[in-house]
Amino acid sequence: MKQLVRAFVAVLAISFILLYIVNRLNSAQGLTEGNVLTVFNWGDYIDAELIDKFGEETGIKVIYETFDSNEAMLTKIQQGGTTYDIAVPSEYTIEKMKEEDLLLPVDHSKIPNLKNIDERFMDLSFDPGNEYSIPYFWGTVGIVYNTDMLEEKGMTLTSWNDLWDPRLKNEILLIDGAREIMGMGLNSLHYSLNDKNDDHLMEAKEKLDSLTPNIKAIVGDEIRLLMENDEASIGLVWSGVAAELMWEKDNLEYVVPEEGSNLWFDNMVIPKTAKNIDGAHQFMNFILDAENAAQNTEYVGYSTPNKAAVALLDEEIVGDERFYPDEEMTARLEVYENLGPRLLSRYNDLFLEFKMHRK
Amino acid sequence: MKNRSRNFYLIPYVIWIALFVIAPLFLVLYYSFFNIEGEFTLSNYQKFFTPVYLKMTFSSFWYAFLITLFTLLIAYPTAYLLTKTKHKQLWLLLIIVPSWINLLLKAYAFLGIFGTYGAANSILEVIGIGSQQILFTDFSFIFVSVYIFLPFMILPIFNALDELNPSLLYASSDLGASQWTTFTRVIFPLTLDGVKAGCQIVFIPALSLFMLTRLIAGNRVITLGTAIEQHFLVTQDWGMGSTIAVFLILAMVLIMIFTGTRKKGVL
Repeated sequence: MKQLVRAFVAVLAISFILLYIVNRLNSAQGLTEGNVLTVFNWGDYIDAELIDKFGEETGIKVIYETFDSNEAMLTKIQQGGTTYDIAVPSEYTIEKMKEEDLLLPVDHSKIPNLKNIDERFMDLSFDPGNEYSIPYFWGTVGIVYNTDMLEEKGMTLTSWNDLWDPRLKNEILLIDGAREIMGMGLNSLHYSLNDKNDDHLMEAKEKLDSLTPNIKAIVGDEIRLLMENDEASIGLVWSGVAAELMWEKDNLEYVVPEEGSNLWFDNMVIPKTAKNIDGAHQFMNFILDAENAAQNTEYVGYSTPNKAAVALLDEEIVGDERFYPDEEMTARLEVYENLGPRLLSRYNDLFLEFKMHRK
Repeated sequence: MKNRSRNFYLIPYVIWIALFVIAPLFLVLYYSFFNIEGEFTLSNYQKFFTPVYLKMTFSSFWYAFLITLFTLLIAYPTAYLLTKTKHKQLWLLLIIVPSWINLLLKAYAFLGIFGTYGAANSILEVIGIGSQQILFTDFSFIFVSVYIFLPFMILPIFNALDELNPSLLYASSDLGASQWTTFTRVIFPLTLDGVKAGCQIVFIPALSLFMLTRLIAGNRVITLGTAIEQHFLVTQDWGMGSTIAVFLILAMVLIMIFTGTRKKGVL
């Protein structure tokens, strides 16, 4: 009994001493409240040099954490264990976070660099007037393919329906995302990728089932690694993944299918629990700076909504219609709508059934 | 006094069990009664008995069974040979060490080994079989799973074999039993508890494998674990995820009872 009490006291004492040391260390590094900015972003989605540069310019220490899906990010913010000052969700998640009252409005007067953003990417349906969110990157969903292989087979690849060609047996890698894959099924039937009609969804699912012989695997982020290793010759990916792959390998090509596809936006927001709201605005302004945005774009490889940065970037990058599609093409692209839990779960159930469909 | 202090020592254990074992189980049960819109309902249970989830349950059990079977087939002779070696603790250590490496790392390593241009295919080329698709097949899934679970099966069997009294074996051979008879009538029955423990340790996690189904099987194998992961992380349908978890827990309890060690041998 006595020993146990002694042990408890010892543990408590050690804990307090450690706590004190951590505190001292933090204040020695200037890590006091107001001086820290916690950023919650997708993995590998910023040039790390920019974080250092931001720290040097403002004296704010950035704590950078990453997530790999909108849903995972949302859960963490809802539970509020860590207080994030900046998060970078996609459009349908922003809609959802607005509904659930998880966001703080953005003060436009504190972000003079907002003028750098192309009008096309402001005032979109998911956030009218950009009250809560500031554009970060945007892109499309499309097909990355190996040109040598297609030449060998004498094929061209311009549409979703080309993927159903029996010559492509066991050649396709798909990304493990319900919206993306169901969207592909719906688009290939010329339906909207936000379709709410259950008959259309069933039809799309059956159409996807018939693609099974051509599918090699349905994978996550490892799709990058697998495509790089020539594991398959066709992959359904986001444009940024394609850009990176094409950077590595010359024989890869990216196409946004002609039936239409998804146009997505990742925007910066300030979660309700944020502590350093001023710092968050400074960070947004910093990212929107033309030079910083250009540097970030070169590193990340997705398309920037920053027209001042576009002017600074190589024509080779921004003149590339595969990644900076013109107005006519953008008109065929659709943004994901927040479908609501019931319909979203229907999409997911059908996707699960499709995955279970065996050859 | 002595009794009271003993109870006092129990407190950490009781708190631990209550907070991290009992409470989560009740939470899982609680969540399973709510649909995605947060209404109280039994519809999740109804949904579980639709062909989709029944098929998934069946295939989970089937794969878990295959994994356990192959693990046992490899582990038993290995454990047996280990007990016969001179430096058995060293050999045992060598088998256990790989299990210290993170499962994800090992899975990624297999992505390289089994790839179209990976080591496995190079070997197949050299011996003249020619390149095969290994990755994203049932074979690769079961192979990698067996590899990962092997140490957990070897350990209990090794312990059981090691504790076997050698005089029983001498007696058996003195009485004229052939080696095969000695194995089937003496060694195997006496190590059955080790086999059962090993099967439990392998079968139960194998039922809910989920990372490997994506990395190694390319989502061509869908287990209940995959579905739970998807419901919690993607759909955010915690109710359905919990319902599947409830059935998994039930299945595990049944397996524990079924393979539980009985003091009085059946044989």
